[in-house]
Amino acid sequence: MNIYVLLKKTFDTEEKINLHDGRIDDDGAEFIINPYDEYAVEEAIKQRDEHGGEVIVVTIGDEDSEKQLRTALAMGADKAVLINTEEDLEDGDQYTTAKILEAYFEDKEVDLILAGNVAIDEASGQVGPRLAEALGIPYVTTITNLTIDGEDVSIEKDVEGDVERIETTLPLLVTCQQGLNEPRYPSLPGIMKAKKKPLEELELDDLDLDEDDVEPKTKTIEVFLPPAKEAGRVLEGDVQDQVKELVSLLKNEKKVL
Amino acid sequence: MSKLLVIAEGRDGALRNVSFEAIAAAKKIKSDAEIVGVVLGKDDLEDKANELIYHGADRVVTIAHEKLQNYTSEGYGQAVLAIVNDESPDGIVMGHTSIGKDLTPKLAAKLDTGLVSDVVDIEVNGDRVEYTRPIYSGKAFEKKIITDGLTFVTIRPNNIPILDRDESRSGDITTKEVDVADIRTIVKDVVRKASKGVDLSEARVVVAGGRGVKSADGFKPLYELAEVLGGAVGASRGACDAEYCDYSLQIGQTGKVVTPDLYIAVGISGAIQHLAGMSNSKVIVAINKDPEANIFNIADYGIIGDLFEVIPLLIEEIKAVTVEA
Ligand SMILES: Cc1cc2nc3c(=O)[nH]c(=O)nc-3n(C[C@H](O)[C@H](O)[C@H](O)COP(=O)(O)OP(=O)(O)OC[C@H]3O[C@@H](n4cnc5c(N)ncnc54)[C@H](O)[C@@H]3O)c2cc1C
Ligand SMILES: Cc1cc2nc3c(=O)[nH]c(=O)nc-3n(C[C@H](O)[C@H](O)[C@H](O)COP(=O)(O)OP(=O)(O)OC[C@H]3O[C@@H](n4cnc5c(N)ncnc54)[C@H](O)[C@@H]3O)c2cc1C
Repeated sequence: MNIYVLLKKTFDTEEKINLHDGRIDDDGAEFIINPYDEYAVEEAIKQRDEHGGEVIVVTIGDEDSEKQLRTALAMGADKAVLINTEEDLEDGDQYTTAKILEAYFEDKEVDLILAGNVAIDEASGQVGPRLAEALGIPYVTTITNLTIDGEDVSIEKDVEGDVERIETTLPLLVTCQQGLNEPRYPSLPGIMKAKKKPLEELELDDLDLDEDDVEPKTKTIEVFLPPAKEAGRVLEGDVQDQVKELVSLLKNEKKVL
Repeated sequence: MSKLLVIAEGRDGALRNVSFEAIAAAKKIKSDAEIVGVVLGKDDLEDKANELIYHGADRVVTIAHEKLQNYTSEGYGQAVLAIVNDESPDGIVMGHTSIGKDLTPKLAAKLDTGLVSDVVDIEVNGDRVEYTRPIYSGKAFEKKIITDGLTFVTIRPNNIPILDRDESRSGDITTKEVDVADIRTIVKDVVRKASKGVDLSEARVVVAGGRGVKSADGFKPLYELAEVLGGAVGASRGACDAEYCDYSLQIGQTGKVVTPDLYIAVGISGAIQHLAGMSNSKVIVAINKDPEANIFNIADYGIIGDLFEVIPLLIEEIKAVTVEA
């Protein structure tokens, strides 16, 4: 099976967010594999181990994205592809990202593509379904179970807590939800091996794309932090008094009761 | 005159509130646009169509088809695209719900256009429309504009107020025949877990329990509190994983995103993935025995204490106060 994983390098949102010149300051910030893409990498490895084939991890990013790709290789992926847009593009949105991926996949024989359900930074959840539509293959989002038998695929999909059981066939794109599996940590031998695994680097030119082909349709004009809340008030006194004060505040000050 | 499509969404036989919010959003985007509601389903769509008109739609197109009983991206995709072909709208607005998230990127790809997802506010600045959306798990916001192609947005439930319902409004309801073919993802069955009562993502008050609640039994007082407040019960991942409650109650990045007027977090530590689902709530109350718990950093009011002691007192006090009123 030819199994592909779409991986995004993201800012670790556990970290404090600062603004610099009207943008999120990523100087010295920690970058991670988008957590939902870790589920995708893990699932890809499991399916390959069961059915044979190859796991190829694809990212659109910059030079620094090699780090996250090596981690995926250390987990057990076979090959990595970095589509580096640093030199060619200033701006991009989900339209851009999906167009670039579409061009990459155009001449590939695909059985299964796994993506994350959402990237924790920009968080639109658009990229997976956009790509599937562009490639003309079916997709199922937010999956929590995946069973492949020949060409037939059974899936459990999380729908706001309900579970939908879905049957479909390969080729297919799925987006991964928490609960699908427990991503493994790279082992030491895995990390050593990863250094020698193939990592292909591509630019727009290699995909026969021009800047114009992928020009974004939307633009971010401002980034801001939530208005600072007045420091939350921790109530004092004995519990009975605290409860009384709380109810009074909710009723009279905030008018939510 | 411009024209905006609003794709409505139902649940348990009625329309979800976010459908009406999407109409209000469309009006904000262009106050004089013609608003065309879209209702899809198996049958009995007329009442829903009327509700859209009462809430501000100018007219409604419905498609009834067996294969539209359950949502599939392919079935709904074909139906909406058929309407888009007829109507050539300038834009599309839909809720950022599990269906909206699944369907809209497919439509955007097919229509070769942009899409601004999960919008919580819309402002018109001259002839520029600015869309605000949370990013970085709710720790920041961005304002976006659409520079080319269709105006295509999804809105987060409970953020854009609906227009007043007005039963004297009237408008055309047209039924469109569409041959829905070739669905490659078949829904075999749905294991329904979502609780009855108030829809969590639309609730005005949410009482959410975490691992601190310690057992399924421990959730009982939370249900009682939610009931006296006319709200719904939610939970953290921690509580769901520990099987104190069902995953359908989960709030956060993986679960539901809620924006109630009042959110009461009980025995929840406040992990970023949880905050991503509730930090936009208007008033946040935290009850936790650990003064260092992160949830206090985003709470308006905090009580440091044992939830098993605090909740019964809170129920009593609220009952007392609301009886007075
Ligand atoms: C050239 C370029 C310039 C950009 N400039 C900016 C900018 O200035 N500001 C800004 O905020 N954003 C910028 N972006 C990023 C862009 O706005 C989105 O973050 C990106 O399109 C992904 O959307 P999302 O974060 O909503 O991901 P989602 O749609 O939520 O992601 C879902 C899944 O899609 C896959 N996926 C998403 N992104 C990638 C990727 N890059 N590579 C491989 N798989 C992926 C992953 O599996 C992920 O889990 C730029 C992108 C490009 C290509
Ligand atoms: C990819 C990913 C996605 C995730 N998505 C989500 C998500 O959508 N939603 C979500 O909630 N989490 C999510 N998580 C998990 C998240 O990181 C936390 O693990 C989880 O939110 C913790 O749940 P909790 O606060 O109930 O438990 P804990 O962190 O264990 O906190 C329990 C709290 O209860 C307090 N407590 C204990 N006893 C009492 C008492 N008697 N009285 C008062 N207080 C008491 C403690 O002081 C503590 O603060 C996700 C994690 C990952 C990696």
